[in-house]
Amino acid sequence: MGVGEFLFLLTGLKWTLALSAIGFLCGSAGGLAIALMRTSGVRALERLTGGYIALFQGTPLLMQLFVVYYGLALGGLHLSAWVAVSIGFTLHASAYLGEIWRGSIEAVPRGQTEAASALNLGYAARMKDVVLPQAIRISLPATIGFLVQLIKGTSLASIVGFTELARAGNIVSNQIFQPLLVFGVVGILYFLMCWPLSLYGSHLERRFAVATR
Amino acid sequence: MTKHAVLAGAATTEPMIVMAAVEKWYGGFRALADINLTVRRGERIVLCGPSGSGKSTLIRCINHLEAYQKGEIRVGGTRLGDDGRSIEAVRREVGMVFQHFNLFPHMTVLENCMLAPMRALKLGRREAEATARGLLERVRILEQADKYPAQLSGGQQQRVAIARALCMRPSVMLFDEPTSALDPEMVKEVLDTMIALAGEGMTMICVTHEMGFARQVADRVIFMAEGSIVEEAPPDTFFTQPRHERTRKFLGEILRPH
Repeated sequence: MGVGEFLFLLTGLKWTLALSAIGFLCGSAGGLAIALMRTSGVRALERLTGGYIALFQGTPLLMQLFVVYYGLALGGLHLSAWVAVSIGFTLHASAYLGEIWRGSIEAVPRGQTEAASALNLGYAARMKDVVLPQAIRISLPATIGFLVQLIKGTSLASIVGFTELARAGNIVSNQIFQPLLVFGVVGILYFLMCWPLSLYGSHLERRFAVATR
Repeated sequence: MTKHAVLAGAATTEPMIVMAAVEKWYGGFRALADINLTVRRGERIVLCGPSGSGKSTLIRCINHLEAYQKGEIRVGGTRLGDDGRSIEAVRREVGMVFQHFNLFPHMTVLENCMLAPMRALKLGRREAEATARGLLERVRILEQADKYPAQLSGGQQQRVAIARALCMRPSVMLFDEPTSALDPEMVKEVLDTMIALAGEGMTMICVTHEMGFARQVADRVIFMAEGSIVEEAPPDTFFTQPRHERTRKFLGEILRPH
């Protein structure tokens, strides 16, 4: 494998990172909205978001990407692969992060909300200043775990023709006929992205375990 | 505030809290039954009774941490309904201290005291900090202002919680078993803080089994059982001549160790 091929893989890597970042950032915004609706106490919102989470957790990511890419095209909405997978990953991440953060919000002791209410703080201040800062701490290990899954999951975007790291590997492999070498390198690149995050996640987990002992 | 109320220990005739025929249900279980209670401005009430008798539920209805289903609660001039506006108006008048302190663990002591004045009263940072420091001084814990709650003892945390509630300038303070979660050696510092507050004319309703405190500061002691008010009397009468068998039995049980 020459320098040219390796640089091509790095271009793929760049798109993997970009897609992960978009999925995670937009998914965080969506996930926060879902978590808040899911814990709002408003029956209709809780049902709606509960259904959304069930749908996206109960179907394969691959199918979700297909539906967004081909389904929307059937409906007359032709999106570029880049936009389609971004939407797909955002919807997917919103569901998972929404569920993780719902659990974290509910894990904040009830007394915190009660104290905030007794101090006449409204919903916005109760959430922003009291509940969410604590919920985010609680959720960090699981959130990072999901981010790792998301990064690896971006390889599925290759299926709709989006050239991220896995598809770049496939292309290079077809050119130089050294699949083991190429996918070995691709694997190492994924590993270098995910492993530090995993380490950081378990580090945080240990730290919180000590803090709450 | 009338001139009266400024004088230490002087309850006025002005009704501050009125509960009329209040009922509270948890599904099919009646937690409060026909509660009629008037608390005058400046009055100190001690609420006691066996666990599950509804005393915590009663005070939690006053600031709408629990909704009630029947009757009426008035605080100041406001009728407490289920609408946000009346709840907010009532909570402006009412401060609360909890058994487990419920300080915000991710904020320093000072930040705990500044948050609500800045958010709910829209005070500026400087003003909120001055108020907070003043009240932390009053509960004699100002030197811990920059620590986090977890770095303080239980007694210190509860005094911070009292200061935090006072920062909202309430007319009434509710205490929900404020010393029950404390180690014995820390009970006194919290009670002393409450006694000082009572001496300043604060209207107080305290759910507590600290009968020494009741004797010293209460204008009236109220005994509850099974969601009802069984007996109410000034502490002298309450401890020496309880009228009801339930009250005598309860007093026998909690006063036995002495």
